[in-house]
Amino acid sequence: MEKRIPFDIRAVRLQFPALEQLVYNKPLVYLDNAATTQKPRVVIDRVKAWYELENSNIHRGVHYLSQQGTIAFENARQTVANFINTNSSREIIFTKGTTDSMNLLASSLGKLLVKEGDSVMVTGMEHHSNFVPWQQLCVELKANFLVAGITETGEVDLDHYAELLEKRPKIISIAHVSNVLGTINPIEEMIRLAHVYDIPVVIDGAQSICHQKIDVQALDCDFFAFSGHKMYAPMGVGVLFGKEKWLDAMPPYQFGGEMVNQVSIDETSFNVLPFKFEAGTPNVSAVLGLESAINFIETIGNESIAAYKDQLIQYALQRLAEVNGIKFIGNPDHRASVISFLIDEIHPYDAGMIIDKLGIAIRTGHHCAQPIMERFGIPGTMRASFAMYNTFEEIDIFVAAVKKAALMLS
Amino acid sequence: MTIEQTQQQIIEEFSIFDDWMEKYNYLIEMGKDCPIIETQYKTNNYLINGCQSRVWLHAYFDRDIVHFSADSDAVITKGIVNLLIRVFNDHSPEEILKSDTTFLDQIGLKEHLSPTRSNGLLSMVKQMKLYAQIFQLKVNQQVNE
Repeated sequence: MEKRIPFDIRAVRLQFPALEQLVYNKPLVYLDNAATTQKPRVVIDRVKAWYELENSNIHRGVHYLSQQGTIAFENARQTVANFINTNSSREIIFTKGTTDSMNLLASSLGKLLVKEGDSVMVTGMEHHSNFVPWQQLCVELKANFLVAGITETGEVDLDHYAELLEKRPKIISIAHVSNVLGTINPIEEMIRLAHVYDIPVVIDGAQSICHQKIDVQALDCDFFAFSGHKMYAPMGVGVLFGKEKWLDAMPPYQFGGEMVNQVSIDETSFNVLPFKFEAGTPNVSAVLGLESAINFIETIGNESIAAYKDQLIQYALQRLAEVNGIKFIGNPDHRASVISFLIDEIHPYDAGMIIDKLGIAIRTGHHCAQPIMERFGIPGTMRASFAMYNTFEEIDIFVAAVKKAALMLS
Repeated sequence: MTIEQTQQQIIEEFSIFDDWMEKYNYLIEMGKDCPIIETQYKTNNYLINGCQSRVWLHAYFDRDIVHFSADSDAVITKGIVNLLIRVFNDHSPEEILKSDTTFLDQIGLKEHLSPTRSNGLLSMVKQMKLYAQIFQLKVNQQVNE
């Protein structure tokens, strides 16, 4: 049996330079990880090294730097392919982020599959990036935009989902984990049901990639999108996995250099996968930073990190429950490391301002998920979200700040 | 008191506070004194939308001076709204148009008016100036008649 290495939080924190800083003369307590995560030294160094020693344009040149850059870049692609267990690295498309990936799919997969009168389904807990592109596709094509309802506990109403499946939507797109409610959706089951009718399923993995090991073959999802910056990697890089059969059939999204084969005045032919969907010069340093982040995570161990974060979230829920008048928004059975809450009639903006001045970074507002706010009839929430470098002491500091804000604003 | 004098008074009031909590406490108290917008004006027509907190503003023009009333669903925003009303209320359009809000920088509240803050305050200041401009036009019209 493999020896379990205990999670050494002190050693982990030392890897993240941004955590050292003071904010309003208080040690930073960074609890806004669902928005973006801090980066470990190895990732920062990798980006720096690219620009100091390796910078060149890849895939095009025959000179040494270009060759080395190309090898490094394609190695990174293979690392990502292994990380989420795809069949082939041709199924890994690098984009700018999850928003970019969803727009790509709405445009390209949308063109392939959706006609006037057809339907596309999402859920009511989606982030705007996995809601608006599909909605606008439906507006443009005069198709039906179906939205699966959300229960009082903040979970997808599976009866409603099954009902909407009967309308045979052409595409279904679902968040794996809600960025507001913390809910982990039963996507394996939802995908299985959709596949009974051969409906392709897109998974928004922006919040789940950092929470658990992803195996796209086990999930059997048709597409899976996530962003580097939410998993300790640089901003400006996203990964879109798509089953090869779909990516082959889909028309290109953006046109230009890199994604072409032959170009003449009369006609142009397109490059093979994955390059067909990677027009222009990629964000090479960010992709290499993503590879470093993956290696970093795997060195510490996905399971160790997941187990530690689970302990953090349970502790946070338990301590927050002590606050008078607290109301959790979303009480799912299966929760990732996001907690949204309100306190009595206190406006989250006011509480957020006070908590900010105590050196604590949380997020307030609608979190780019206005439909779920409307469903619960609230202007916004306060949201705390955790990463591998947060501590139990930070949770104590956070809860004390919440209590102080509640007192000042009552 | 002139607008500048009111602004100076506010700067002095805030100068006694050592830290943010004291400032926020004072703002919360100040919000309670805000001339509250009449119910009939607390509608979408008078709503200045921010991303996170909402602000309603109404103004009328009487005997050459402008009268503002407002409300917000967030109490800190309401406190800052009241500061602005304290400064601009009961003055002529011309005086309002001539002045600015840099006094908020001096009491450390500049961040609340940045476009990224999205709390409706920046838009509210613009709206106050717009009201002043419209009332100034009325004054000019009367003079021309």
